Amino acid sequence: MSPAVRLPGLAPLFLALTVAVLGVLIVLPLGVVFQQALSQGLGAYLEPLKEPDALAAIRLTLLVAAISVPLNAVFGVAAAWAIAKFEFKGKSLLVTFIDLPFSMSPVVSGLVWVLLFGAQGWFGEWLREHDIKIIFATSGLVLATVLVTLPFVARELIPLMQDQGSDEEAAALTLGAGGWTTFWRVTLPNIRWALLYGVLLCNARAMGEFGAVSVVSGSVRGLTTTLPLHVEVLYNDYEFVGAFAAASILAGLGLVTLVLKTILEWRHSGELSARRRH
Amino acid sequence: MTIAAVAGPPKVRRRWKQPSILPGFGLAMGWTLTYLGLLLVLPLAALILRPWELGLDGVWATLTEPRVLSALRLSFGAAAAAALANVPLGLLVAWTLTRYEFPGRRVLDAFVDLPFALPTAVAGIALTAIYAPTGTLGEPLAALGIRTAYNPIGVFIALVFIGLPFVVRTVQPVLEDMDAEVEEAALTLGATHLQRFWRVVLPGLAPALLSGFSLAFARAVGEYGSVIFIAGNMPLKSEIAPLLIVIKLEQYDYAGAAAVGLAMLVISFGALLAVNALQVFLARRGRA
Amino acid sequence: MNFRPVDDTDRAAGQALALDIRGVSKAFGRFPALSDVSLQARDKEFLALLGPSGSGKTTLLRVLAGLEKPDAGEVRFGGEDFLALPVRKRRVGMVFQHYALFRHMTVAQNIAFGLTVRKGSERPPKAEIAERVRQLLSLVQLEGLEKRYPSQLSGGQRQRVALARALAIEPRLLLLDEPFGALDAQVRRELRRWLRELHERTGVTTVFVTHDQEEALDLADRVAILKDGQLVQLGTPNEVYEHPANPFVFDFLGAACRMAGVVAGERLRIGSWETAAPAGAPQGAVEVFFRPDEVAFAPADGPGLLAEVRAVAARGPDVRIECQVQGQLLELQTHGSILPPGVTAGQPVRIQPLRPQVYSA
Repeated sequence: MSPAVRLPGLAPLFLALTVAVLGVLIVLPLGVVFQQALSQGLGAYLEPLKEPDALAAIRLTLLVAAISVPLNAVFGVAAAWAIAKFEFKGKSLLVTFIDLPFSMSPVVSGLVWVLLFGAQGWFGEWLREHDIKIIFATSGLVLATVLVTLPFVARELIPLMQDQGSDEEAAALTLGAGGWTTFWRVTLPNIRWALLYGVLLCNARAMGEFGAVSVVSGSVRGLTTTLPLHVEVLYNDYEFVGAFAAASILAGLGLVTLVLKTILEWRHSGELSARRRH
Repeated sequence: MTIAAVAGPPKVRRRWKQPSILPGFGLAMGWTLTYLGLLLVLPLAALILRPWELGLDGVWATLTEPRVLSALRLSFGAAAAAALANVPLGLLVAWTLTRYEFPGRRVLDAFVDLPFALPTAVAGIALTAIYAPTGTLGEPLAALGIRTAYNPIGVFIALVFIGLPFVVRTVQPVLEDMDAEVEEAALTLGATHLQRFWRVVLPGLAPALLSGFSLAFARAVGEYGSVIFIAGNMPLKSEIAPLLIVIKLEQYDYAGAAAVGLAMLVISFGALLAVNALQVFLARRGRA
Repeated sequence: MNFRPVDDTDRAAGQALALDIRGVSKAFGRFPALSDVSLQARDKEFLALLGPSGSGKTTLLRVLAGLEKPDAGEVRFGGEDFLALPVRKRRVGMVFQHYALFRHMTVAQNIAFGLTVRKGSERPPKAEIAERVRQLLSLVQLEGLEKRYPSQLSGGQRQRVALARALAIEPRLLLLDEPFGALDAQVRRELRRWLRELHERTGVTTVFVTHDQEEALDLADRVAILKDGQLVQLGTPNEVYEHPANPFVFDFLGAACRMAGVVAGERLRIGSWETAAPAGAPQGAVEVFFRPDEVAFAPADGPGLLAEVRAVAARGPDVRIECQVQGQLLELQTHGSILPPGVTAGQPVRIQPLRPQVYSA
């Protein structure tokens, strides 16, 4: 709490304005999702969720996340190890590169895969000849999701590991530990909460990704629609209750993510990268 | 000999890396570069090279199509306007959360991150439901003659929603770390509260505000899911650039889509570089 | 700078040579951290590496630990080629400046770490490890703190845990990097005494780095003084203090007063005052160094250099006497609060440096 000087009279005004801004801008949309989903009663809410297409969408979303998140987690750890524990030229270039997907439009992140593997992509011919489908198939969804969520884990780990330095690892080596032992017993425990935090954010984005997967999926109902795409399909077909019902699951995911994220920030702020500590 | 083996495989003669006793550099770096190469460099290469199929004129023609131009104008314009709007809004929220104690402060603080955690499509349909002429806020506003959906205003609102956390989260830590004594000194020297804010606090916050602005802007420019439902998507009026890319892909105009995508990337970068330069300039002044 | 290797001056013949460093050089980019440094340490010796920052002492320590690889030179320990061994195999116990304790492990786990990472047959059974940890905790006087985490310990306690951790692997060489740097004066003094006792008990050859000359002189069997990556003097604390090899060492080890003089034959002349030149003094123009508290005062008509007292100030245990001598302002000292007779501000006195050191100018 900053002890800085405060304006006594204005407190209630600031408070009211802030609550208004946050309320209207942020909380209201959340509320609307559930309100619309339940607007026709509980029965009408649950029906669309039991449809095979909806279930297939949920399964696909989980599958894509289950592949993309661990891949990016391993990448994040490897990249953070190389960047934080060693000195080499070109480090900031590497970090800029890793951050790149963060500034790319998700549609562009999907576009690039179409440019590579689509019917008229660089490898389009080759894929057709070998009867492999990437675009309009699960692997395309995975590629798009991996690209969009690439930086998430790395961004949490790199500054933290840089802050932590290499003294403990050096000490472990002088005590006779080998490389992997040092990593497992000394480094990993020091980064576990930041890793969890990064995985949490990565997962939220992976499951909720829309733009990139929309481009690569072709949106074939029941086959290549993830849950966010399913929401769009239903919405465009004017099945509003169904769309909001599916959206409510994703909103629930968002809330859970928010809660877990906040818990991590409150309980383990010392072990997250500095800018996460409030 | 053994130490070199521990430090990793032999590197290029030129010593671009300092020798180190920690093992695993080769493995970690190798994996990192391979991963980035396959998943980032290769796709980006496709994006950068593909437009030129059309030749220089072709690319120019594509980018100067009225529809494309209008879409780019909308995407960048609305993003800039939204990010700009987020500066005072974000400052207000950050200020209240940092400098006042009240019940529920922590909960409110946690909610700031919701746009970040909520899937974009969900935000998209929710915002549309609110601001459509039949919606909770859309209805009263329409009665006043203000249409807030299916037009650029709708796009603007969605982008403000998306960008708010960026500004708040960049300003908060700076506000928290601010030295109270400096402000107290200003007051003892006779400044009014307004002067204290304007001449002491705000300049200190300028870099963070700028940073928040550029993050919000970068995110808003490429935003798709939150915007596509509320936008209206009418060519030349309320079509965002990412949508144009999707449309061109559906028409198998890969090169055209790549041209628009590349243009978006390049302009975003230009904007970010400009903001960065401004930040450096401000920082240098602050130090002197 | 020439110094004599231990072998030649070793009175206690037969004491084994433990550490033999020859011609070690290391540069970081263009910065020469170490230039052709050679020194030896005897078995069980407590050797201090003393010098200002940038002198290369920490670099040398890290070379010994295996955390840096020298560009040139040899290091042998007990006859074995040290540099050929990777860090893990050297059995060197290192205590880092900021302790580098494993923050996620308890005190007991920290200390046991070096034992638990041993492979298969070399790894002692759990019970033995636990016993060893207990013994070490009692050795460093931290019994009962097994389950604490480093964040719950004071600086001095963390230091001792770091030491116990290094000792657990039964190192043949113990390296300490500015071990007391981050602690306050009182704790530092206590730990110094305690470290010395520990060394007596464990008898491990120890090399420790410090920039605090008082610490080095207090603790070490021998002191190696480094400057700009080079070894400047090596000797017992007494030797280096009484017979500093050059002005830098003199100045580094304590307060210094400095005057110009001339040596002719066996006489040293400063201004109009003459005295016997110290043995082995170079001839001709010289710089004369002496300690501000090694000065005799005499009345203005007595023997010595003519000086005018400018100011007298009692400061705690000493009295500072500012004098104008030979056109120079010197700050002299006497211990205790009693002033020598005739010393008052504005009055002339005579001063005689009692044990001047002389170096060629």
